[in-house]
Amino acid sequence: MNGIPISHILFVSTALFFIGMYGMFTRRNMITMLMAIELILNSVNINFVVFNKYLWPGKMDGIFFTIFIITIAAAEAAVAIAIIINLYRSHKSIDVEDAAEMKY
Amino acid sequence: MNLNLLLLIPILTATAVLFCKGLKQVRTVSFLGSALQLALSFILMYYYWQERTAGNNAAFLFEDNFTWFAPLHINYHIGVDGISIAMILLTSFVVFAGILVSWKMEQLSKEFFFLLLFLSVGAYGFFISLDLFTLFFFLELAVIPKFLLIGIWGSGKKEYSAMKLALMLMGGSALVFVGLAGLFFNTNTGDGSHTFDILQIAQMHIPVAVQKLFFPFVFIGFGIFGALFPFHTWVPDGHSSAPTAASMFLAGISMKLGGYGCLRVATYLMPDAAQQYSTIIIVLSCIAILYGAFATMMQTDLKYINAYSSVSHCGFVLLGIGMLTRTAITGAVMQMVSHGLMTALFFACIGMIYDRTHTRQMSQLGGLLKIMPFVSTVFVIAGLCSLGLPGFSGFVAEVTVFMGSWEHKEAFYKISTIIACASIVVTAVYILRAVGKAIMGPLAKTEYGLLKDAAWNERVAAGLLIIGIVAIGVAPFWLNQLVGPGAESIMNNISNAAVIK
Amino acid sequence: MNYSSYIALIPLLPLAGFVLLGLFGKKYFKTFSGTIGIFLLLASTVLALYTAYQYFFINGKVNDVYQSIIPVKYTWLQFSSGTSIDMGIILDPISVMMMVVVTFVSLMVHIFSLGYMKSEERFGTYYSFLSLFTFSMLGLVVASNIFQIYIFWELVGVSSYLLIGFYYDRPSAVAASKKAFVVTRFADLGFLIGILILAFEGGTLDFNTLIQRLTDTQSSQFISITTASFLGVSVLTWALTLVFIGGAGKSAMFPLHIWLPDAMEGPTPVSALIHAATMVVAGVYLVARLFPVFSINESSLHIVTWVGMFSALLAAIIACTQTDIKRVLAFSTMSQIGYMMFALGVAHKNGETGLGYTASMFHLFTHAFFKSLLFLCAGAIIHLVHSNEMQDMGGLRKFMPVTHLTFLIACLAIAGIPPFAGFFSKEEILLATYHANKIVYVIALFTSGLTAFYMFRLYFSIFWNKPKELHGHPHEGTFSMKFPLIILATGTMVAGFIPFGHYVSSDGKILETPFHLNFSIAPVLFALTGILLALWMYKKESNRPHRVASALGGLYHSAYKKFYMDEIYLFITKKIIFNLVGRPANWIDKNIVDGTMNGIAYSTAKISGWIKGIQSGKVQGYALYFFSGIILLVIVVLYLWK
Repeated sequence: MNGIPISHILFVSTALFFIGMYGMFTRRNMITMLMAIELILNSVNINFVVFNKYLWPGKMDGIFFTIFIITIAAAEAAVAIAIIINLYRSHKSIDVEDAAEMKY
Repeated sequence: MNLNLLLLIPILTATAVLFCKGLKQVRTVSFLGSALQLALSFILMYYYWQERTAGNNAAFLFEDNFTWFAPLHINYHIGVDGISIAMILLTSFVVFAGILVSWKMEQLSKEFFFLLLFLSVGAYGFFISLDLFTLFFFLELAVIPKFLLIGIWGSGKKEYSAMKLALMLMGGSALVFVGLAGLFFNTNTGDGSHTFDILQIAQMHIPVAVQKLFFPFVFIGFGIFGALFPFHTWVPDGHSSAPTAASMFLAGISMKLGGYGCLRVATYLMPDAAQQYSTIIIVLSCIAILYGAFATMMQTDLKYINAYSSVSHCGFVLLGIGMLTRTAITGAVMQMVSHGLMTALFFACIGMIYDRTHTRQMSQLGGLLKIMPFVSTVFVIAGLCSLGLPGFSGFVAEVTVFMGSWEHKEAFYKISTIIACASIVVTAVYILRAVGKAIMGPLAKTEYGLLKDAAWNERVAAGLLIIGIVAIGVAPFWLNQLVGPGAESIMNNISNAAVIK
Repeated sequence: MNYSSYIALIPLLPLAGFVLLGLFGKKYFKTFSGTIGIFLLLASTVLALYTAYQYFFINGKVNDVYQSIIPVKYTWLQFSSGTSIDMGIILDPISVMMMVVVTFVSLMVHIFSLGYMKSEERFGTYYSFLSLFTFSMLGLVVASNIFQIYIFWELVGVSSYLLIGFYYDRPSAVAASKKAFVVTRFADLGFLIGILILAFEGGTLDFNTLIQRLTDTQSSQFISITTASFLGVSVLTWALTLVFIGGAGKSAMFPLHIWLPDAMEGPTPVSALIHAATMVVAGVYLVARLFPVFSINESSLHIVTWVGMFSALLAAIIACTQTDIKRVLAFSTMSQIGYMMFALGVAHKNGETGLGYTASMFHLFTHAFFKSLLFLCAGAIIHLVHSNEMQDMGGLRKFMPVTHLTFLIACLAIAGIPPFAGFFSKEEILLATYHANKIVYVIALFTSGLTAFYMFRLYFSIFWNKPKELHGHPHEGTFSMKFPLIILATGTMVAGFIPFGHYVSSDGKILETPFHLNFSIAPVLFALTGILLALWMYKKESNRPHRVASALGGLYHSAYKKFYMDEIYLFITKKIIFNLVGRPANWIDKNIVDGTMNGIAYSTAKISGWIKGIQSGKVQGYALYFFSGIILLVIVVLYLWK
């Protein structure tokens, strides 16, 4: 464990963040977009855990925050999937660009 | 006489209309309400004469004043003088006639009548307000219903017209508001606080620089309502798209809000600026008079004819105000009343023709006198009034404006009067052209032969408006006496201002 | 003697007739609305005659000068202290004379119409319009206030409009009525401005006060109006010329005469009343009413003279070529009014020099008789023939003896053959011009020869010449149609013997108008020549008229075309006013003024379109903006913000 420098882990989390970002920007499928958001959230989680572990090993704040984010992410996924299901029922599609009725 | 009744009755009628079911109930309630308004305005005039003959010389009678919103010094302050009474009479006539001609408005009738009555609340409130803020409040109140009336019940390119009208009038009231706010912050009641009260402001002397800054805002703002050139373009489109009653209200009442506002707020409260800007006002109104008349000459749609001629006729109102003599201002008020009645009659008549023939194009009309003698006669009467025939109100008003304008010695005023006079010829051309094409001549289409003449409601509406027109035209002295003192007090303010300067 | 109680009734009775017949005529008195109209007017006529008797013989004179009495006056519209429109009645010689003429001729026309308009569907409406006209005309002649005269001036204009357009389903009648109204309206514009000037300078609208102030050379008003000038011409001349333009429009003086021939589209009795005897002389009356002011201003009098002169000559020439009998009479009316005008123009204020004034009024008086007679005869003829064209007539003397005889009397009268009325009045006019202006005299003499020629051309073509086929049983018409002819013919025969100068003169004093036998030889000779020429050309059918016409060539043709006045006007109105003023005004309104408004709306919409493009509604887009914003911030914070 000690052998792995912080930069390696930060690199992984950054990669994860940008993969999520990329997915967020390019995908039109809402499920995929949701997954991308989860990736971003997880990269943040990793950052929290890592910084907590390496910089303030005596404290628990980062861990708590991570747990907090995981809970919120679960709730968010539930709400998002409910929206997606409803959208699918009404539009027969989960492509974000198909739901344009409220646009201007 | 409690002036609040003037607001209360239309409000109550409008509320009652909301609880009615079906066209029959709605129209009965509205009819009764408007008849009550009519009676009330006559009673008001009666009491007014009584007070005046009893020697009450206060500028405004039947005042009522209570605080509405103390921190901003907004009061609900109402009162009337002769000018307001003339306008109130006009409003009640037009409302009554307007309700009658909409007798068969099947589509969304409840909402239609509600909006008409709502509009009348705004108009009455505007004419009796003596507080700038309440005045503005009622002005706004009168704008919204017009948008809906045209947008929902209109014809032709109604969305465009409704939008254009509402936006231009809103623009006008925005300008008015800037002017009013500017006035407000430059008033000083002595203890350092400001006031919206017209009577108090009239007593103060607002600095000339301030007047010069805010007069254009107020005048152009109200001028847009009163078809001031070049802000008149909402008039033709708005009028021609509106349903009959709305056209009547629009031309008969709404355009008068502008004239009244120019007189009561702009000229009365900012007399110095009024004098300084009078040249510009006169030039603009002369352009409106003559150019409106020439533009009318080229129209082919009856409603457009009347709408453009309204631009021309309302030019006389602004001309009278711009001339700043007692006679000219009296004439301007008379012209407002006269034009209101006459144009309402014209629109009612065009509506009757349109309901039957389903066209307003002159080329498709002709020979209506044979099949619809009543409607045609009314049309001719309205036309003759419009071209200023003695015996009808238009002549009295125009002549008073001319006489008032000619009181100035300088050649500029004389030339502008002559230009304005010249419009009587052009008016004759387009009115007679319309009468000749639509009313006289051989029958344009054989199927018109089956059309029916006016029904009782239309007869009553037209009859009432004609009575108004003829009453002014044959016996103008009563209106002159009614309006004269009001014009006098405005003139006093102006000449006082001239002295102080 | 208190006048006021009944004098107001003279105009008010016809007004009552108008209101009554106009509102209820169609429904309730379909058949006897004519009778109602006649009885109301009869009462009015009797009152007018009684008033005339009272005025001229009992109490009009004070110290041998006729006074101007105002028995009724009511403030109608007060402008400022001093200027107000009053509705009043003025009694002076000319107004009383006109009152009699108007009520009398109107009564005759009312009676005549009973037969003439019998089968008309809008019988009641017709009588109500006639009553309206009579009311307005009476209001005009008794006006005591210059604005009152303007008010009734407009009202006679509109009743003329309504009556010309009475046959409203004929497009030509509609066009004629419109033309008449618009042309006279144009002239009224001048009148109105003239009134404004006079009212402003004189400080009053009341005739008597105005005249008194403007003729008193000491008064401040007189000094200001004569010294002030505009474009090098004194304001008084301007005002009077403008007022005269109004009069010229109503009286069909050149160049505002173009409406009169077209006005013949109206029913013929109407032409007799309005376009021959009463309304068209309103212009003359107006000048006569303001004569004291005119007489102090030489230049405006010159305008009156020359316009009158030119119109008289021009109309007489045109009348010789027209074929529609009513149009011939219309041009003859114009010519005779021209006579009245220049007679006024050559007159002066006092004594002998005021002969023109008396002559003009005298001619107005006699002309009313014989011209309305001519028109009523024409009505009877048209009633029989169902055509206005001369070529459809001929040899009618057998079918209509009464009309024939009365027409002949009227023709002799207008030609100026003694002892008929026209002779005396024309004589006085010629005498007045002879003393004042020789050129005018010569032209007037020549015109009177022309008058005799075209009137007898008419007479011979209608009653002699070759008889034409007439369908049905031609009969002369009812008694109600013959009766007015006889009465008017009687009037034509006796009216000339009235010593007119005793009653009407420019200064109110008695003016002796002696009869000069030597002087009258020339006019009568001219008239006889005209008559003989007409006899030679038109008594029998021949090709003489044709030969004469072709010999005259261009002159004949342009006279036949009325010297292309209509075409010129049409060019000005259609091409210039409509195309160069109306159309551009409309175009500017649609495109520039409204275009600016629409442009503002359009650019607002455009800008909002750009802005709303950013608000795409796509979350990913927003995320991208957000993210690029963060990157930008990071860059700024890390590298630039040091």
